[in-house]
Amino acid sequence: MEVYLDNSATTRCFDEVAALMTQIMCEDYGNSSSLHRKGVQAEKYIRYAKDVIARNLKVNEKEIFFTSGGTESDNLALIGCARANCRSGRHLITTQIEHPAVLKTMKHLEEEGFRVTYLPVDQKGCIRLEDLQRAITGETILVSIMHTNNEVGSMQPIAQAGALIKKMNPKILFHVDAVQGYGKFRIYPKKMKIDLLSVSGHKIHGPKGVGFLYVDEKVKIKPILFGGGQQNGIRSGTENVPAVAGLAKAVEMVYGNLDQEIENLYRIKRAFVEGVQKIDDVIVNGHPDETGAPHVVSVSIRGVRSEVLLHALEDQGIYVSAGSACSARKPQPSATLRAMGVSEELLGSTIRFSFSVFTTMEEINYTLQTMYDIIPMLRRYTRN
Amino acid sequence: MFSAFLIKYAEIGVKGKNKYLFEEALVQQIKYALKRCEGEFKVTRTDGRIYVHALSEFDYDETVDNLKTVFGISGICPVIHVEDEGYEKLAQKLVEYVDKVYEDKNITFKVHARRARKNYPMNSMELNMELGGAVLDAFPEMKVDVHHPDVMLHVEIREKIYIYSIEIPGPGGMPVGSNGKAMLLLSGGIDSPVAGYMIAKRGVKIDAVYFHAPPYTSDRAKQKVIDLAKLVSRYAGPVYLHIINFTDIQLYIYEKCPHEELTIIMRRYMMKIAERIARENECLGLITGESIGQVASQTVQSLAVTNEVCTLPVFRPLIGFDKMEIVDVSEKIGTYETSILPYEDCCTIFVAKHPVTKPNLNIIKRHEQNLEEKIEELMQKALDTDELVIARW
Repeated sequence: MEVYLDNSATTRCFDEVAALMTQIMCEDYGNSSSLHRKGVQAEKYIRYAKDVIARNLKVNEKEIFFTSGGTESDNLALIGCARANCRSGRHLITTQIEHPAVLKTMKHLEEEGFRVTYLPVDQKGCIRLEDLQRAITGETILVSIMHTNNEVGSMQPIAQAGALIKKMNPKILFHVDAVQGYGKFRIYPKKMKIDLLSVSGHKIHGPKGVGFLYVDEKVKIKPILFGGGQQNGIRSGTENVPAVAGLAKAVEMVYGNLDQEIENLYRIKRAFVEGVQKIDDVIVNGHPDETGAPHVVSVSIRGVRSEVLLHALEDQGIYVSAGSACSARKPQPSATLRAMGVSEELLGSTIRFSFSVFTTMEEINYTLQTMYDIIPMLRRYTRN
Repeated sequence: MFSAFLIKYAEIGVKGKNKYLFEEALVQQIKYALKRCEGEFKVTRTDGRIYVHALSEFDYDETVDNLKTVFGISGICPVIHVEDEGYEKLAQKLVEYVDKVYEDKNITFKVHARRARKNYPMNSMELNMELGGAVLDAFPEMKVDVHHPDVMLHVEIREKIYIYSIEIPGPGGMPVGSNGKAMLLLSGGIDSPVAGYMIAKRGVKIDAVYFHAPPYTSDRAKQKVIDLAKLVSRYAGPVYLHIINFTDIQLYIYEKCPHEELTIIMRRYMMKIAERIARENECLGLITGESIGQVASQTVQSLAVTNEVCTLPVFRPLIGFDKMEIVDVSEKIGTYETSILPYEDCCTIFVAKHPVTKPNLNIIKRHEQNLEEKIEELMQKALDTDELVIARW
């Protein structure tokens, strides 16, 4: 049995998405900037995709910019806005548990002369609004907070943060990295006072190598890539037509049946958490209930090294992640878990399970049974 | 401009009646290296010389880079071919050659002519003098130095006339295949690929064995070892890599023996298994990357205890190297970057905080008696997991 429980790393592409992309790559392969019919045909896919996404977010389609994915969206939002608005101030705010695409970009901006405040989180992995309020100064030009954490699934109080920021100073830009949250929740930037929103295609059963950045039309932003001036000059480069069309198709499919799918995901999460808690000496990090994201469960298992458990599960056809996929290949343990105050001992014993619409109850039961079987065996052999 | 390479070799020359075997091995290795290059080549062995002739357009830099990986080559001389159209034409071609190759003419030189074809109208001495004069006439700033010239202009009279003067150093050593075969214990570390490289340099063909321990080590760690074997094969020729699942043996030792002795006992069993695979594959020795004192299992006492299980000779080419010296070689041969990728190998999991550094053979053997019940069966099982990967550059 093959059980893929690493959906926060990436998801299986919907068949419909792959079929549409194949057709575009082989038949409607024009450059959307070309003047002839082949180009117009390609441009239609881009327009349609913008329309789908804009309706989904309840924004204007001119406010959607396609990128190569979450990392580029975050880079464009942060660097592009910091540089365009540095005359108003040089202070930025983010959290300690952001994805490296935000954290490393902030580090880069520090080198460019910006000052960055990193908000701490509580044991559940959530920021406190008081901390945010205290951090905002007259110099602050941008706040970046992730919607849903990729390692533990904790959700940040985005709407409240948006309201707070705009109440204190309407000029401060609010960026939200929604790579993990989009496709699980309805996100309406205008209502939540979000000025910039990063989304990635492959986390919602779309293709890799594509994403978008929503940019409120009032936002001043400078490009970080230069070239042919596509997408209003904000993001030069030939549009990735098949991937953009695939992304839009995935959005349509994911949101077509969202309420039922989310209910199903929570049912799966509840069953899994319940089952995992039957194992001795395990801690479910973050929110084991419905106050956390429906698709991520982070578990620390005392006395078992995460990499070993990961490979033991792999032998049984179960694919999971140690911490988060982005940090699993580096020797240092997860910054998110550390910021949440997880003990040193448990940092190296934490596994992330993440679900998708393809996950079934049968797979969950098989995974739990496998864990019951192998964890006692692995605990017999530990390094000391 | 160059159309051939003269291959110089050093140590083969002194091998008496076996010389042709060494030369044949060298020709084979050169052919193997040239397969990776664009263009067609012919490798010939005449009058105690090996030539690589280009039969088509070729990429000079790529060809030289690949020839530099062939053990046994001490020097690579790029050659131009000139039709024999009389002395005047020859002198003109030589002057053109000097002009193209040496931009800065402020150099000393000497002409060294050699007649493989004795019916040429001038003898070597006459050629040396006349051609030297022609070069001097053309480039007055050049000077003749018969004892220590900066540049030795070689002119060989054959069917065609060969001109060469540049010698690019080769890697030295002896051609792989001229000296039997040995089994390398390859881990994911820095040392063992270097050890393999050094033994291959002495003409030894390399097979390798890697012990992996799933789920404690990952497929990426295994892939890293395959990648390292590939890097070694650039010099050593195709490496037959045996991958052995060692988990059960490791866990069994962990359960039955004192924890501080886990690594040393484990290494003894690795040697035993490696030796069995070596014998099945006609390897005449084992190769390890051990260096005295580097870690607990490489103290002289530990080496002695490990060595005790082997009947084949164990080659340890790095035994007297410092770590930095090993790193230098690994950087030179291009294995360092891969070696330092952070995947755990089976030597580091379960390692005790204070492993024994001065193991006593009698005590180790006594503790190994705890393994008697199942170890033979587990070793056989491990041998049955042998997965063969042929690593080629």
